[in-house]
Amino acid sequence: MASFTSKYADELIANAAYIGTPGKGILAADESTGTIGKRLSSINVENVESNRRALRELLFTTPGALPCLSGVILFEETLYQKSSNGTPFVDILKKGGVLPGIKVDKGTVELAGTNGETTTQGLDGLGERCKKYYEAGARFAKWRAVLKIGETEPSELAIHENAYGLARYAVICQENGLVPIVEPEILVDGSHDIHKCAAVTERVLAACYKALSDHHVLLEGTLLKPNMVTPGSESAKVAPEVIAELTVRALQRTVPAAVPAVVFLSGGQSEEEATRNLNAMNQLKTKKPWSLSFSFGRALQQSTLKTWGGKEENLKKAQEAFLVRCKANSEATLGVYKGDAQLGEGAAESLHVKDYKY
Amino acid sequence: MSCFKSKFADELIANAAYIGTPGKGILAADESTGTIGKRFESINVENVEPNRRALRELLFTTPGALQYISGIILFEETLYQKTASGKLFVDVMKEAKVLPGIKVDKGTVELAGTNGETTTIGLDGLGDRCKKYYEAGARFAKWRAVLKIGANEPSELAIHENAYGLARYAVICQENGLVPIVEPEILVDGTHDIEKCAYVTERVLAACYKALSDHHVILEGTLLKPNMVTPGSDSGSKAKPEVIAEHTVRALQRTVPAAVPAVVFLSGGQSEEEATVNLNAINVLKGKKPWSLTFSYGRALQQSTLKAWGGKEENVGKAQSAFLARAKANSEASTGGYKGDAQLGEGASESLHVKDYKY
Repeated sequence: MASFTSKYADELIANAAYIGTPGKGILAADESTGTIGKRLSSINVENVESNRRALRELLFTTPGALPCLSGVILFEETLYQKSSNGTPFVDILKKGGVLPGIKVDKGTVELAGTNGETTTQGLDGLGERCKKYYEAGARFAKWRAVLKIGETEPSELAIHENAYGLARYAVICQENGLVPIVEPEILVDGSHDIHKCAAVTERVLAACYKALSDHHVLLEGTLLKPNMVTPGSESAKVAPEVIAELTVRALQRTVPAAVPAVVFLSGGQSEEEATRNLNAMNQLKTKKPWSLSFSFGRALQQSTLKTWGGKEENLKKAQEAFLVRCKANSEATLGVYKGDAQLGEGAAESLHVKDYKY
Repeated sequence: MSCFKSKFADELIANAAYIGTPGKGILAADESTGTIGKRFESINVENVEPNRRALRELLFTTPGALQYISGIILFEETLYQKTASGKLFVDVMKEAKVLPGIKVDKGTVELAGTNGETTTIGLDGLGDRCKKYYEAGARFAKWRAVLKIGANEPSELAIHENAYGLARYAVICQENGLVPIVEPEILVDGTHDIEKCAYVTERVLAACYKALSDHHVILEGTLLKPNMVTPGSDSGSKAKPEVIAEHTVRALQRTVPAAVPAVVFLSGGQSEEEATVNLNAINVLKGKKPWSLTFSYGRALQQSTLKAWGGKEENVGKAQSAFLARAKANSEASTGGYKGDAQLGEGASESLHVKDYKY
């Protein structure tokens, strides 16, 4: 095999396929302590463990939400937390038919000699960490590589380093029973047009799949988490149908059919934009041998956070806001979203933060 | 675009898609003068231009055959030849809606420091040659890269050189209006098992698509001509068609982007019947197959025809019946509808394996 034979092969393949179940997608709730701090501060909530726990409980216990989800990505702290009545979060998720996932990278560092380009760290001892997370109930992992578009970026070095880092992470995950989400995010920052984004996305994805092949990764047991193909944040917006066409074409040119599902990141898109774009992709009539679904963080939680404001009495309203976005995105994976989601406060608000770091 | 902007883009995309039309496939009739000589020798026919012309006329004018053929690969000499009544072969094809193709490589040479591994030559002046061929009516091209399986083969060098040679050839073709068939043949010679063949095929195809991406090739305007995934010729065991189908399709699923419209298999050393039955199994297999899966056969379409002809005018009818039978069988196989009932012509089950095959 050009892939190695992991003792977990059948499980990896089944779990990856499950995550791509039509009508379901991933909630990315893996904000690091620093990052969730920024979110909490935007709603005047103190960044302490109990508040972080309360927020995640709010999301995971929303009535009717879990059926829209196949997986939830967690930060390490959350993997070991419990609901207020003492039930471990991983058990709540499992009972709800949702696979727990875990962020395993350790952030980015700059590549010397480049114009602020980065590589992602976290390979040291990764095998042991994965083993531990599998024992705690995790069944998939996530590692975010970051690239940017500029005059001379992304450079060949940045593409190569990030692709090979992703591939090494991926095979270590598979050795330890975790389905790796391969995430080569190309930031939306910039004044480039959509065609430039398409060209860069195709180049980056081609490099990723060559690296995965070199590292003997079992593609049927992986997921891809790419950016959608869009104009840069400083250039004119385009219709969802255009985003859909260029995104799907980029995937057709680079992503082998063996990959069961593509779970898009939302980048700086508003909740409503992200849903509409995903919907347009699923309506497109063309070759799509992988599911096209979501792995949204901000684009699933923005209006929920605003509605909650950290207050117990807002819990029900906040959960309603969350359910609305879950359902909308579930429909979008089937191409049947009618744009009628009750727009919660902030649903149409851009979530773009320049040079975004988790 | 990650691919370059060819003024021929729309035409390339349309022609590549047409070649993959369900129920059709490619006749590889591009044997070089030397190679066709070996075929002729086996049926005691002299290797002179009129005989080469007569054979190709026999094939291209077989009543009812061209409906099963979307493209024919030609050797340069044949591109300019005519029927006995004076009609250009390319016109015969065009009228029957068959795209003429042209072999553009100039064979292989050994890579220094390797154990007999090769690279393919023909890049010098390729653009000008393609332009000329386009003017003569060609609409697709073919370039054969060759790799082998051994204890230390294929080496990283051989894979890289062949992949990047294919990619450079491919983009030059597209600049000049020809759909490039990308052919990275991994020879069936060897004692390896089917798993080893699968492993090597996946590695080679992954390298090819990285090279094509680096060279900005428009994948929608290309075709892939790979080997099927089979056990080695000296492995001592044959695999069932279903097993070949499963391993082959899996290898493609792991490496060939959906943008590629069609995969046109080479027949390697397989007999006519084996090549048809395996292609059929590939099309019967349930699984993700976002490209057409059809044939680009040389020996596996012509073997029994050659034997039936024997170079004699009075055998043309019989020979044409043999050719029609194989063309129809493979057409059915390309849609998974072959029932194994093709009238087996003499030689149809005969292995066509020649060790270390060179065209």
